[in-house]
Amino acid sequence: MLRQLAAAPVAAAFRVVEAPFRWAQSAFGMRPMPWLFLAPNLLIFGVFTFLPLIINFYYAFTGGVQLYPSERPFTGLDNLATLFDCTNHFNPSTCRKDLFWRAIWNTAQFSVLQVTLMVAFSLVTALVLNRKVIGRGFWRGVFFYPVLLSPVVVALIWKWILQREGLLNAAMVGAGASGVEWLTNASWAMFWVIFVSIWAHMGFYTLILLAGLQAIPKDLYEAAQMDRASPWRTFSRVTLPMLMPNLLVVCVLALIRAVQIFDEVFVLTGGGPGSATTFIVQFIYQTGFMEQIRLYGMAAAGSLVLAVVLIVLTLIQLRIASAGRAGAGNDG
Amino acid sequence: MVDFLTRRRGGRRLDWTDWVTYGYLASGLLLMFGPVLWLVMSSFKTESALTEFPPSLLPTGPKMVAVTGVDKPRPLFKVTLPDGSVRELAELRRIGLTATMVDPAHPETEIKVPIDQRQPIRAFGLATENYTDLAGKFAFGTYLWNSVFITVIATIFTLLFNSMAAFALSKYRFSGRKTVFLLILSTLMVPPTIVLVPNFLVVSELGMLNSLWGVIWPAVATPTGVFLLRQYMLTLPDELLEAARMDHASEWRIYWRIVLPLTAPALAVLAIFSVMWRWNDFLWPLVVLSKSEKFTLQLALNAFQGDLVTQWNYLLAMTVLTLLPVTVVFAFLQKYITQGIASAGVK
Repeated sequence: MLRQLAAAPVAAAFRVVEAPFRWAQSAFGMRPMPWLFLAPNLLIFGVFTFLPLIINFYYAFTGGVQLYPSERPFTGLDNLATLFDCTNHFNPSTCRKDLFWRAIWNTAQFSVLQVTLMVAFSLVTALVLNRKVIGRGFWRGVFFYPVLLSPVVVALIWKWILQREGLLNAAMVGAGASGVEWLTNASWAMFWVIFVSIWAHMGFYTLILLAGLQAIPKDLYEAAQMDRASPWRTFSRVTLPMLMPNLLVVCVLALIRAVQIFDEVFVLTGGGPGSATTFIVQFIYQTGFMEQIRLYGMAAAGSLVLAVVLIVLTLIQLRIASAGRAGAGNDG
Repeated sequence: MVDFLTRRRGGRRLDWTDWVTYGYLASGLLLMFGPVLWLVMSSFKTESALTEFPPSLLPTGPKMVAVTGVDKPRPLFKVTLPDGSVRELAELRRIGLTATMVDPAHPETEIKVPIDQRQPIRAFGLATENYTDLAGKFAFGTYLWNSVFITVIATIFTLLFNSMAAFALSKYRFSGRKTVFLLILSTLMVPPTIVLVPNFLVVSELGMLNSLWGVIWPAVATPTGVFLLRQYMLTLPDELLEAARMDHASEWRIYWRIVLPLTAPALAVLAIFSVMWRWNDFLWPLVVLSKSEKFTLQLALNAFQGDLVTQWNYLLAMTVLTLLPVTVVFAFLQKYITQGIASAGVK
């Protein structure tokens, strides 16, 4: 029934799209055909990726508040100089754009802690799932499920638990302690931002590591058993070295994602309290789209800094990936 | 008994490592599903039950009863009267430590009761009005429609455009093929976050600000999609295409009638991912869509939680409805999703 209903419009669409292809083929032969098939994709990449890249570069060297590039005065390195104007780069309070440096150091702290802990948990989970357990598919699904939830939903789930009169504080009171303002205390807010982002993403990395573990040849373990190697020795001499390429890819992949953290945190803490959980992407978004005076040039300069970081990380990833076998990954 | 339960095939008993394993998995279950379950259970609580502290586990709240002469339902209490008898009375008002209460059956006689002489009566009840009110009180239908529209249209275009590109890159030999492939793959390095400002300009110049198309178009060409489909199409034998060309089939017909149906498994994987991506998108829609009638569900959730007075009962219900489609997709297609990720490393 559905098939018949869909058949008519699909057939009509087929005829409409076929026409130019058929015409081009009869007029010019085979030569333009691949380009015709590539055209929509290349057009979209051109307009929404490559063109913006060039404009972003130009933006970063212009000032003013106009959106249209030709109306923006060229200011050279002013934006970048302002961003980097610090007496001491390790102390954001001495910087002209203190929020930028707070965002940088927050992002650095977040990335290191989040990636280390998340990869550790993912590895442990993958090792557990790689044992002979009953219902492995189910357990794998349990750890993977949060990966599919939207960042906004993830943030709201935890906001509901962490709010002042939420489940966690009820448990604290029940245990005889007193409630804590989890999201309005700077250190706790950072802790929960890291915790929640691990909760939401570790299933993805667990899956990659599990696939890596299952690809390790079984005879290596049989050989280790013959030699009466201890479990720890088997792990450190067989599992870990064989898993190393996957582990490195997972680390870099997680790092690339971590420096771009925004969505969950924006909804969970809004970058606060103060600027305790403000990260680079939020700095860009805030500077370009939230303030009364929209400093597009400054935001673009911030993007440029982020782009440099990402390019370095991606090159490292490509290097590792070409050294071992591994996958690429991105959100579309 | 314990012997019997812990016995396993092959005669080997569960040793301590198995206990640790299942302990770990069980706590994982609690930690991963617990918060979601708590959200779902909370979403069925009434507004007054949500403000209780400590919160009750199940959606229970004070039992309310209608009293003639009073417009709102009043909470019901079990009261121990001075003569030792126990009665169920409804509270009219409370001043300090004394409450004025009535028997719902005889609303004319008011009784003063010290509040330490009474126990609230609780009842189990699902506050389904949290869900049913959504359509009337908020433009929930609009947000849902916007989200569905973006997800469906973007996914159709994603499948079409990416499979066309993948077809060209896998089934034709032409100069520049390698360059184009590398160019497309290189866009992996350009996440939307670093072209936020200029893309805003491009979209506004194209007149697509506050238009759902402004969210759809930039999203439909994906390097991951091209890569995934190309790898799959490379495994299709070229002889099929040659045979069709012998029969004078046009190139478009070969793509549409031969290659595309054979690529169905890879297309299915990409479709699942595309639906997830677009349904969950946040930052880019946040920049493009600023009018509330264009909000997607994600943007609406974000806007409501930022309100000065958060109406948690509606917010929770809306959150549950937002995670529902993804959960259903996951429940049925878990195998394909996990296999797709394990094989291609996409998310």
